[in-house]
Amino acid sequence: MNAVATLSHPDRLLADLIAGRLPDARGRFGPFGGRYVPEMLIPALERLESGVREHLKAPEFQAELAAQLRSWVGRPTALTFAPRLSERLGARIWLKREDLAHTGAHKINNAIGQGLLARRLGAKRIVAETGAGQHGVASAAACARLGLPCTVYMGAVDMERQAPNVGRMRLLGAQVVPVTSGDRTLRAAIDEALRDWVADPLNTYYLIGSAIGPHPYPYLVRELQAVIGREAREQIVAATGSLPDAVIACVGGGSNSIGAFHAFVPDASVEIIGVEAGGRGTGLGENAATVAHGRPGVLHGTYSMLLQDADGQIQETHSVSAGLDYPSVGPEHSLLHALGRVHYTTAGDDEALEAVRTLGETEGILPAIESAHALVGAARWAREHPGRTIVVCLSGRGDKDMQTLLAKLIKEPA
Amino acid sequence: MIPRDRISQSIRAAAAGGGPALVAYLTAGYPRREKFRDHVRALAESAEVVEVGVPFTDPMADGVTIQRASVAALAQGVSLHWILEELAALGPLPAPVLLMSYLNPLLAFGPQLAARAAQSNVAGFIVPDLPLDESGDLRAALTREGLALVQMVTPVTRAERLKQLCAGSEGFVYAVTMTGTTGKNVAVPDDVVHYLDAVRELAPVPVCAGFGIRSREQVERLRGHVDGVVVGSALVEVLERGEDPRAWLKALRGR
Repeated sequence: MNAVATLSHPDRLLADLIAGRLPDARGRFGPFGGRYVPEMLIPALERLESGVREHLKAPEFQAELAAQLRSWVGRPTALTFAPRLSERLGARIWLKREDLAHTGAHKINNAIGQGLLARRLGAKRIVAETGAGQHGVASAAACARLGLPCTVYMGAVDMERQAPNVGRMRLLGAQVVPVTSGDRTLRAAIDEALRDWVADPLNTYYLIGSAIGPHPYPYLVRELQAVIGREAREQIVAATGSLPDAVIACVGGGSNSIGAFHAFVPDASVEIIGVEAGGRGTGLGENAATVAHGRPGVLHGTYSMLLQDADGQIQETHSVSAGLDYPSVGPEHSLLHALGRVHYTTAGDDEALEAVRTLGETEGILPAIESAHALVGAARWAREHPGRTIVVCLSGRGDKDMQTLLAKLIKEPA
Repeated sequence: MIPRDRISQSIRAAAAGGGPALVAYLTAGYPRREKFRDHVRALAESAEVVEVGVPFTDPMADGVTIQRASVAALAQGVSLHWILEELAALGPLPAPVLLMSYLNPLLAFGPQLAARAAQSNVAGFIVPDLPLDESGDLRAALTREGLALVQMVTPVTRAERLKQLCAGSEGFVYAVTMTGTTGKNVAVPDDVVHYLDAVRELAPVPVCAGFGIRSREQVERLRGHVDGVVVGSALVEVLERGEDPRAWLKALRGR
């Protein structure tokens, strides 16, 4: 079923993707994507799909979104040249500064966009899931801004290791519900948010945090995050007079990366690289590198690459960065991988932590550990391609990671 | 008789005798895998259809009882391969057996699934995260072996789609009686009864109501409006407590 060993018409699929014909009418990116959900959710997804079709590209909605992005999110975010890091890595590094967006990461682009859509669709309440807490904070902020009640499901394990974000969400007026089922992290939080939605699908809006889930979510989230690549492409051309040689972003569920990549996919001269969480090794359960170590399957409503055992049971994942700690990846990434248009690689826990330190010391920017995975990928690509120009998506800032960074990176004087 | 017709026939026979038929669910290998064959046999002797749940790590349509049962079954090494071996070893049973599984374990099993299931006396499948629109491949494979693919309908399903789902369902139509996940006790309000009547009007196969059914009063209320009722979480709790499922099902039936 849906075997994906080889794609039958890769050239046509890439052309379709570039021409904006994907996802297709069935919500598919080639063999990937679709809508694998309980029947109870079908009416809600159909309504969302028609709402997306009616509003997302409409001038009125776009104007409303643009105003929020400009005056509340703080867009466009800067594209910062990193001279000292460039010198160290031997290539010209530009950073797309999503860490400067309101609430400290790219997540807000999606949260405010979906919040506006939910309001237009007449939603009475919003549910969201969160892992590291970044999407939860962004959702809580967007809901407060728009006057919508917000419930955030968060794994009990994550609530403990990301306590400051729990406080932030509560201060922003959200109800945070601990999830004690399953693995008690992001995956279980998504399961629980879906269960909440199943219980009242017509009044509740599920504000999913990444480019995952059943159609039309992977499309909707990509469209809302594509502002990252659109801005970056204009900014780099304005600054240097030409396209970059490479664009690099970290990949968990894959929303900052699909947003950064989308505008560059048609530019055949631009190499695109996604960096997954290599964790502490290549064995099952030691990483969250879905493209590197997974095979296709269905989780959370979509057919995509998946970390699973021989029986199709979903595997627990490990990454030092909670935001990349997810056993699947958005379906569009699975297609980009199968087409060879994006090259996926991994960065380990220790490499990523070291990259946090390097960026802090060279440029005065403390990145999120997630984003530091992209910096590891950039350093590697720079070694192989000295002197070239690289745009790195700096998806978030590192303040949320202080607990981990203090424990792992600051050595007390002996 | 082809396997999928055994399902509808078993339900119709009970309905004709005053019904409703009982579709009895258990999570395979829970609470203990050594008890699986005994439990399946007990349910097959006291219900019209046995629904064997294949445990999955992420049962998003299920409530806390079946989540707990799934985790515990997986911890004991229960897999679809093991379930099919056990069912094959049990041999023919007095009631047809359905497998209820999320899609991913079925995909992982591979293309031999339908043939292996047929060899293990499985009569059909319920796949809660496989909507009709995505079910073409699995349906074709099951049809070749004469196995049913049961569709679910819900109170929020729109009229046009309800027709398609009823026409596309095999064995029976699984009518969800409430919004939400499995396992909560609910009164059965009038609009749900009207909805069940409407489903029954449309369906060429029997209609069974499920999600939240755990008392004899609920069963009585549904009598005449459905051909059968699915009991899941409540029965899993009976097995969990080590009680006799035969006695409990008999009491539920009330006759």
